[in-house]
Amino acid sequence: MIEIKDLNIEVPGFAVRDVNLDIGQGEFFCLLGPTGSGKTLILESIAGLVRATKGRIRAAGRDITRMPPERRGIGIVYQDNSLFPHMTVMENIRYGLKSRRLPLAETDALVDRLVQTLDLAHVVNRGTSHLSGGEKQRVSLARALAVRPSVLLLDEPMAALDPNFHEEVQRLLKRLQSELGATFLMVTHDFAEVMFLADRVAVIRDGRIEQAGNTAEVFQKPATIFTAGFVGMKNIFPARFSGGRAEFMDLSFPLSRPAGEGDGHVALRPEDVFLRSQNNFPPHFAAYPGKMFGIVSLGFHFEARVQCGRACFKIYLDKKTLFEAGVHENKEVFVGFDPADAHTL
Amino acid sequence: MVRSGASGIKGRLTDGFLPGGLFLWLAGGCGAILLCFILLPLYEMVTAPELGSLVESIRDPEVLSSIWLSLYASGAAALIAFVFGTPLAYVLARVDFFGKKFVESVIDLPIMIPHPVVGIAILSLAGRDHWLGSIFTDLGIRVMGSVTGIIAVLTFVGLPFYVNTVKAGFEGVPARLENVSRSLGSGRAATFFRITAPLAWRHMLAGMIMCCARAVSEFGAVIIVAYHPMIAPVLMYERFTAYGLKYSQPVAVWLIMVCLTLFLLLRIVSLPKRRIQ
Repeated sequence: MIEIKDLNIEVPGFAVRDVNLDIGQGEFFCLLGPTGSGKTLILESIAGLVRATKGRIRAAGRDITRMPPERRGIGIVYQDNSLFPHMTVMENIRYGLKSRRLPLAETDALVDRLVQTLDLAHVVNRGTSHLSGGEKQRVSLARALAVRPSVLLLDEPMAALDPNFHEEVQRLLKRLQSELGATFLMVTHDFAEVMFLADRVAVIRDGRIEQAGNTAEVFQKPATIFTAGFVGMKNIFPARFSGGRAEFMDLSFPLSRPAGEGDGHVALRPEDVFLRSQNNFPPHFAAYPGKMFGIVSLGFHFEARVQCGRACFKIYLDKKTLFEAGVHENKEVFVGFDPADAHTL
Repeated sequence: MVRSGASGIKGRLTDGFLPGGLFLWLAGGCGAILLCFILLPLYEMVTAPELGSLVESIRDPEVLSSIWLSLYASGAAALIAFVFGTPLAYVLARVDFFGKKFVESVIDLPIMIPHPVVGIAILSLAGRDHWLGSIFTDLGIRVMGSVTGIIAVLTFVGLPFYVNTVKAGFEGVPARLENVSRSLGSGRAATFFRITAPLAWRHMLAGMIMCCARAVSEFGAVIIVAYHPMIAPVLMYERFTAYGLKYSQPVAVWLIMVCLTLFLLLRIVSLPKRRIQ
């Protein structure tokens, strides 16, 4: 559906380099990266709003690299929803139909369907300033889908929403994509959104793709330290692999999978590192004594650090563990993890 | 803690030397002085003529035609600024190009140039000695001593006010709205007419009124290009030099009324701003 070959984009002070992507028909693809990594630039280049300096973009079998945006048939939804403030909700939704010159009966049916699907019937005659954040984003989606784009580009569509609307729009996107069978390309910096929505993901950093692949695969087997950190592996230690063991920060554990010989890194998710008052972990666990510090509340759970020699582990704790086990700052504790959960880089 | 130097003085000013209430009174006082500075001479001017002479003056065909010509020529200048200045303002607001700062400076030039210089410059361009002037002559277009000349001068001095106001208006319309419009199938021109212009129309109207108001008040450049037919400021000047203050004041009062109406219009139009997301 979308084929990007060696895409290069140059803007003052920043460049996107050699991006290659292949997104299939009906796929939900995510571009994941931190702010300023070039995600939106790639999206706008696909939409024709930013000129590619090198490379090719093909959509639905056509080379669209030099095509003006209005002829590409690619929709875009921004995080600020960009509704036309001088038009009503219905005028916004029907905006693109005027230019596309589609048969009236067909467009009316499509608009009705979108209004029903997106639960907008009660607001169609309202001005856009009287809508909630979630309603605005639903109108924005309806407007983009009304012209039946070959691909819908979503630029952090949930970033500006409060948590209630965030979940609402996230579920809606999932439902829309499966019901319409449309191709969605979304950029985001939130890996939780990617896990919920995307079939495949590409991690981008400083204008270059770090890793692309199946979402579960990128989550479980990040290829670089950056990707590992970005997908939530908060414990990353430089390590040496030899004789089936990993040695890191004066600690060591037996590897569950072969990792070759030499230097590398060990990465662990905080949720895969467990805490006990006594060293009563299962025998195959790697366990180390340490001292607890830096307990902070993250709302529904707590994050804490345990200093084990030179290594500092970040762990997540629930309220039960924290209070029932009598865990507190400076308490001598044990941390342990299953070597199978340790990712080697 | 002991504070010293500039930070100490600043601290004393903000921490108690100049309490919030007193600061506001001082600010209000300064504003009142300025308002007096503007209003006193105008008040004196407006109240000086007797009602009879005001009525007599507005019945004078020469006064009426000069005020009408001032309004007509200023309106024409605003219309020209609208037609030619709108595309320029759009390009300046939306396109980054080499020499943009230079073009912006050129647009601002008429504000800085002494007014008689504007008149002399236009006259030298429109004279028979200049190729452009000779083309105008061949086409039967007379600049010197004509309404055409007056409109040319007024457009010259009013254009920066229009272009700058409308440029700010276009800049206030988020470029993302235009991006979305184009992704929905509207070309650049259709996007301008369906999105950008409807969202910036207040600025266009305000720009036209600014341009018009600036043109109505122009004197120095007009007197060089076209003493006749007389616009209101020229008539006022002529009556002042020929008959004295008493005879020029009623014309001035009527001109002030016109300017006041224009600026009131400007304020009314620019008040209810629509919030753009």
